[in-house]
Amino acid sequence: MNDTDRKLGPTILQVEGISLAFGGVKALTNISFEVKEHEILAIIGPNGAGKSSMLNVINGVYHPNAGSITYKGNVRQQMKPHEAASQGIARTFQNIALFKGMSVLDNIMTGRTLKMNAGFLAQCLYIGSARNEEIEHRKKVEEIIDFLQIQSIRKTPVGRLPYGLQKRVELGRALAAEPELLLLDEPMAGMNIEEKEDMSRFILDVNDEFGTTIVLIEHDMGVVMDLSDRIVVLDYGKKIGDGTPTEIRNNKEVIDAYLGVSD
Amino acid sequence: MFYREAGQFKTSYKADQAMFPIFQDKIFVAIWLFIGFVVVPMLANEYMFRAIFIPVIIMALAAIGLNLLVGYCGQVSLGSGAFMAVGAYAAYNFMIRVPELNPLICFLLGGLSATAVGVIFGIPSLRIKGFYLAVATLALQFFTDWTFSRIDWFTNYTPSGSIAVRPVEMLGVVFDSPMKKYFLCLVFLVIFTIIGTNIVRGRIGRAWMATRDMDVAAEIIGIRPVFAKLSAFAVSSFFIGVAGALWAFVHLGSWEPLAFDINLSFSILFMVIIGGLGSIVGGMLGAAFITLLPLFLNQLPVWLGINISTAMISHLEFMIFGALIIFFLAVEPLGLARIWQITKEKLRLWPFPH
Repeated sequence: MNDTDRKLGPTILQVEGISLAFGGVKALTNISFEVKEHEILAIIGPNGAGKSSMLNVINGVYHPNAGSITYKGNVRQQMKPHEAASQGIARTFQNIALFKGMSVLDNIMTGRTLKMNAGFLAQCLYIGSARNEEIEHRKKVEEIIDFLQIQSIRKTPVGRLPYGLQKRVELGRALAAEPELLLLDEPMAGMNIEEKEDMSRFILDVNDEFGTTIVLIEHDMGVVMDLSDRIVVLDYGKKIGDGTPTEIRNNKEVIDAYLGVSD
Repeated sequence: MFYREAGQFKTSYKADQAMFPIFQDKIFVAIWLFIGFVVVPMLANEYMFRAIFIPVIIMALAAIGLNLLVGYCGQVSLGSGAFMAVGAYAAYNFMIRVPELNPLICFLLGGLSATAVGVIFGIPSLRIKGFYLAVATLALQFFTDWTFSRIDWFTNYTPSGSIAVRPVEMLGVVFDSPMKKYFLCLVFLVIFTIIGTNIVRGRIGRAWMATRDMDVAAEIIGIRPVFAKLSAFAVSSFFIGVAGALWAFVHLGSWEPLAFDINLSFSILFMVIIGGLGSIVGGMLGAAFITLLPLFLNQLPVWLGINISTAMISHLEFMIFGALIIFFLAVEPLGLARIWQITKEKLRLWPFPH
């Protein structure tokens, strides 16, 4: 995979001069980068480099102390979570954040919350718009279930599923919102080789078939180098590299900080 | 063997999303409705209606209401007694101040008043969780106790502070006999159960459960916590408020503020916990369990022919009741609804275990 054989669109997300501090701890310092439409961007860096914080800033869980976020042409100082969601930003979490008491189907249906608008009374009586809406969205959800090949577990409570499948369901929940920008926080953490291959395939397919822009955090260098069009490297809250996999591989500073000091 | 979905193929999502997608469930519910509407009225006597069926049904309604809040949305509340009080007193005041209103409308207005109070006292839930929220809702309990015993306007300046009402008349029927009252309560329970079931399987119910299970993730999906929590408080309070109006007007007939004290809040919460959090059936089972067990324990010595004093019986009743609750929670913390679910899973295979 490289960026020459795929068409990248204009910039969809641009973060500029983002700084974030928790009390005296500086999580992010003056981070700027941009994401182009239809791109797969990886954010890498050692533990505590501020990768997850960066995603949290993008979809509004954290509010940065300085800097701006430009998403689809709108400049913002900070995002709010539901605002980010309604504008097509979805994400998954490093530690699975599924709704444990609900079935796979319900979890993914929840992902479509913002697309549903039946009135309260109709929902109480399960008539008219409420029922049609449930059925119509169920169809969409079943498409996602098919796509992720989890048909057999659709009625299982997610708490009973093995880890790899939970990760897959979480991706499904994010996809259900039909996002334009998908943030994946370590989608392959703790997986074995086969599961990683499956997940990589799903990520590439999402990017290909739905044209979704993807920002992902990952520690497995092989996966990162193979999947991503571009890589941003963070270290101690600062950006130390930004470029294609090949460029990053040969970046002296990155090698020093991340891959080990070269002799 | 007897309870299994094998062979029942769904050809549309509509069929799969029906309230009871499995055929056996439909039959089961039909049997219960038959028992409720036909068998019980034929067999029960006046005492049974008054002491067993009417209180169980009204408490089931309240427990379902509280379960929407505690079980589905994960917000612990100790204010159910207060919501019932608001429902009852509001219905009473609407009835005496606007006499031309139909009692049915007064009951619903009582429920809506409870909704309003519920939303206001649900606001703390936006900032505090768990036990702290429970303590905050306790404030509501003391507040309503005080309001209805000190502010005479609510009790229409009756000297004793207690209220007595005539049998209610709805749609041309005077509900004066226990059997009529029973039917009234049963119809309320059936309608509200359907509404509750519909809410929890739809978008709102999923928003509640998402908030309960993982609030950060719910917010990122686009569920506003303000909306999810306050709507849970609103709907739950409505159910409990209507149950309160029924409790006062249909079950008690005359009451004073003490009828809705903290003990009532606790017993409704116990019903929800013992019945099963996050289950509509659980609310009903819990209400039946908590209401019937003391009656059963009370009668047991008589049936067994053991001769002990009534004082002794009532002490023993408390002790055994407490012990049973502890035993029960240790054995099956997920409640009666979970036992029911396990039974169903077992029945899929029984009597051939493989």
